Amino acid sequence: MTTIGILGAGKLGTVLARLSVAAGYRTLVAGSGDPSAIALILDVMSPGAFAVSASQAAQQADIVILAVPLGKRTSLPLEQLRDKIVIDSMNYWPDVDGVIDEFEGGIASSLVVADLLSGARLVKAFSHLGYHQLAEDARPQGAADRHALAIAGDDDQAVAAVSDLVDRFGFDPVIAGGLATSVRFGPGSDLFGVSTDRAEVTRRLLAHDSQGMHDHAQP
Amino acid sequence: MELGIYSFGELTAERDPDSAQSIDARFAQILELARLADAGGLDIISLGEHHRPDFSMSAPEIVLAAIAAQTTRLRLASGVTVLSSQDPVRVFEQFATLDQISNGRAEIFAGRGAFTESFPLFGYKLSDYDALFDEKLRLLLQIRDQPVVTWSGQFRPALHDATISPRPLQEKLPIWVAIGGTPASAVRAGSFGLPMMMGFFAGPEQFVPRVELYHRAAAQTGHDPSTLRLGVSGHMYVGKTSQGARDEFYPYYSRYFQQSGAPFAANGFPREAYDSWITQGLPVGSPQQVIDAIMRRVELLGIDRFLGQIDVGNPPWQMTLSSLELYMTEVAPVIRRETAPAGS
Repeated sequence: MTTIGILGAGKLGTVLARLSVAAGYRTLVAGSGDPSAIALILDVMSPGAFAVSASQAAQQADIVILAVPLGKRTSLPLEQLRDKIVIDSMNYWPDVDGVIDEFEGGIASSLVVADLLSGARLVKAFSHLGYHQLAEDARPQGAADRHALAIAGDDDQAVAAVSDLVDRFGFDPVIAGGLATSVRFGPGSDLFGVSTDRAEVTRRLLAHDSQGMHDHAQP
Repeated sequence: MELGIYSFGELTAERDPDSAQSIDARFAQILELARLADAGGLDIISLGEHHRPDFSMSAPEIVLAAIAAQTTRLRLASGVTVLSSQDPVRVFEQFATLDQISNGRAEIFAGRGAFTESFPLFGYKLSDYDALFDEKLRLLLQIRDQPVVTWSGQFRPALHDATISPRPLQEKLPIWVAIGGTPASAVRAGSFGLPMMMGFFAGPEQFVPRVELYHRAAAQTGHDPSTLRLGVSGHMYVGKTSQGARDEFYPYYSRYFQQSGAPFAANGFPREAYDSWITQGLPVGSPQQVIDAIMRRVELLGIDRFLGQIDVGNPPWQMTLSSLELYMTEVAPVIRRETAPAGS
């Protein structure tokens, strides 16, 4: 049985944990402290998920999802994440994270995260919709009103595994390309915050290249 | 059921001739909104704290003091006090003063804050975001509940037999915890047995489990359920007609998100996202639509207080006045009637 480890028991982590349990995965969730501190949260928000420590989640999982604010990236269990398929759902937003020099300049934040998590097989996913959209718009495979999620990564096998996971969580996966292409669905892109179907996600990913990110600001 | 308004005093429309152009003009608007709300029977006004040039209020308690002098019954709250980057001793002194000068109308909504610009300004680390709030909330409650305080912690010098004065006029200064959706924040509010304000914009469904967390955390820590209270705050615009309200509010709402740097609105707030928020329950529309949106919050979450952000995006002043008028004359009476205890 595939095991999913989720680092973060906040707004996003608890929604992803619920989707993971519903998809039939063994689901481990770690908060920032003692596992007992999030037992009540999981019981209410993500019943069926297990509270564990961050290193346990990373060690035991086949796929690990990072659902913490970017500011907590340095407290991740780096050693246990080595060689794992790791989903980066984090975004850089200076108003909330504060200005962090290494993320400035319009670079895909996942490239910086990939440097930090050396050895991990990083895939960007679950990053361009809000937690409430992920909770409300997830639909079973084959549903007519299914929405889509963009993903990006440099490791083809890892991307394929995450595509399958996104599909089981309730969304059509749309592969944007390598990790650097995740700017096409990052903060400030036309796709960020827009919950829509596969055709429109695909269209906006392609349009991003042809028009450039900031060339079409409204007057 | 208590109904109110709140404002951040944002100046996101400086170049729009129909909107407030300067900080003093914005303050004059907020004072007028407060006088109208007081005369029109609303229960509460709350003012938010921001430390950035596109928002006029870094010191909402001072604006609230001005409102105190021009109103007689409206309750006066921060919304929120970014407690993590303030000194709880000073916060308590200021709100106790406000309470004394307003005949006992002051309240504190304490929150971690959505924006974080105050942290570097006052020398705090963002990595202590949650620990700061936790420690300072505990100290603030101790000051409220004990006339003489002995305390020590990580982020502020210790206090030894300190008397914090003035004391408020109310026996117990109301302190609410304001949350934005983080599950652990609902647990914290419940385990402190404090009333909780929930800030969100679109549908209330995501807050149903947060309310359950709040109640279960309160029960686990032995708090009397009758001392618990819940409220909701969020963006609001009331227009005469459903479609008219939706269309006239949109440009200002979109500009607000865009200019305040929301990552989903770099090129404006997408119209389809706006329409879907309204479908999900953003209180924007005709009086009946806004009534329905507020009543869904009441029914799903068990709240007895709702605050609408009355001037979000600094729209043309006549729009704000008209929205407030409809809120007070057409929305509030229906909500009060529908939420009145049976037999009253």
